[in-house]
Amino acid sequence: MGQTLAEKILSRKVGRPVRAGEMVICPVDVALTQDGTGPLAVRQLQKLNMVRAACPGRTVLFIDHAAPSPRKELSNDHMLLREFARETGCVLSDVGAGVCHQIIAEEYARPGDVIIGADSHTVTAGALGAFATGMGSTDVAMGIALGKTWFRVPETFQIRVRGRFSPGVGAKDLILHLIGRLGADGATYKALEFVGETIEEMPMTDRLTLSNMAVEAGAKVGLIPSDEETRRYLAAMGREGDWQPLAPDADAEYERVVEVDVSELEPMVSAPHTVDNVRPVGELAGTKIHQVFIGSCTNGRLADLAEAARILSGRTIHPEVRLIVVPASRRVFLEAIDAGYIRELVAAGATVLAPGCGPCVGVHEGILGDGEASLNTSNRNFQGRLGNPAGFIYLASPAVAAATALKGEIADPREVLA
Amino acid sequence: MKLRGKAWKFGDNISTDHIAPGRLFHLRSNLPELAKHVLEDADPEFPKLVQAGDFVVGGNNFGLGSSREHAPTIIKLAGVSAVLAKSFARIFFRNAINVGLPVLICDTDQIDQHDELEVDLAAGTIKNLTRGVELVFAPLPEVMLTILEDGGLAAHVQKHGDLRLE
Repeated sequence: MGQTLAEKILSRKVGRPVRAGEMVICPVDVALTQDGTGPLAVRQLQKLNMVRAACPGRTVLFIDHAAPSPRKELSNDHMLLREFARETGCVLSDVGAGVCHQIIAEEYARPGDVIIGADSHTVTAGALGAFATGMGSTDVAMGIALGKTWFRVPETFQIRVRGRFSPGVGAKDLILHLIGRLGADGATYKALEFVGETIEEMPMTDRLTLSNMAVEAGAKVGLIPSDEETRRYLAAMGREGDWQPLAPDADAEYERVVEVDVSELEPMVSAPHTVDNVRPVGELAGTKIHQVFIGSCTNGRLADLAEAARILSGRTIHPEVRLIVVPASRRVFLEAIDAGYIRELVAAGATVLAPGCGPCVGVHEGILGDGEASLNTSNRNFQGRLGNPAGFIYLASPAVAAATALKGEIADPREVLA
Repeated sequence: MKLRGKAWKFGDNISTDHIAPGRLFHLRSNLPELAKHVLEDADPEFPKLVQAGDFVVGGNNFGLGSSREHAPTIIKLAGVSAVLAKSFARIFFRNAINVGLPVLICDTDQIDQHDELEVDLAAGTIKNLTRGVELVFAPLPEVMLTILEDGGLAAHVQKHGDLRLE
């Protein structure tokens, strides 16, 4: 019997064939924390007298969630992370470098890797064929010090995608549609495996969007086979040598197969307060929006900023909207400057902030007022997510976000693209 | 071991943003202070009135969202002896065990707000003393039972100097 991608990666790592349902103790290739979870991980290691890393060069402490720091308590947390990195030789990714998951994709993740991160969106690196999953601070702390962790090998839902997107529709609409179909807990503990002609033709930037949101259906990983596109992306990042092909076996066993044809798909929007509350944009068009956020590990890449700039270039955003743009990494920021997108967005009225998580976690840089609504290209719309439980959050693609910023209300990008 | 206390009922999809919201991000290194706000965005009365030994009782998909371990930690710090729900989000479930907070999967429709409960962790039963019904909960996987019995993951590693889970 063949293996799913999840079974294949974990089997290679533990050195014996393993099947869904088994418990394994598995070596860790990359471990990461961010400034919301890293301080607790560091304190656990200090308490256990284990201030060390099994693989410091591939252990990365990110400062991205509250960066630059808006409060002295957080500044002190940042100091703790910098000190730990100095002491152990772990990599520090400081203010302005970008969102952890984007930098893991650009600089660290390799097909076949096992990656653990104290952040639920660690699943993003599944797009490169890495078994990448989120855990808590203590799990990751032990992974850092011991170089291993435990897993239950997950069962897999294979997501077979076919068809070509119509203009103004893309990967974000596909993943929102899927989460709406599966439900916010529809894939709890499962691996998602995205395959099919649409995925084969999809650029890495969009694959990262799919894998990033696997956790919003409850999944443990969101895996995509490693192919020529993976090789092209790694080569563009200057690390083609990290590439290896990786695919599931044709006779692998799946708990469930989900078929999607994207050719009829419309732009989708997730309405407050759960991500699976998904509707076609037309059903929500006209909803008053006070803030638009384009960025995050879901949709803060160059192609996302390009899409927004294409819609907003030469135009001015609605006077009652704040448009906040946050490039996902320093590399993305520099490329967007060189391509002229940043100039076009700022000229249209955008506020551009330092690479990082921006307002996504509700700590700073765009907290909502009571009763206000924001439309974000990020991945969560839970109550309170933007720092105020009396706020409302909608999730959508960069195209919908840009159209919404123009109109001051939720808008269909196909109407402004024409 | 028997746990006894009052039920605090919550709905489906209680997220880690309800439990430990981002607006209190700066309190994550001051957990006793953060615990004073636990779940307040879902029920403002809860952190004020919860008593040692009480139970948090959720619906489906309790703890969805972020990997923040602070969420189960402050539920425990508030004195809660266990969380009961129809189902849990994956990371929250694992984190709860790691911090030594029992998480029990059972039919929480049989429990109302402020019902008096008695949980027998070894027997796998929950007595609803107010309604006179007995519920069973699914046993934890062996790995998690080992971690919980050792007092959490950090205590487990301290005890064995390694992961001893196979």
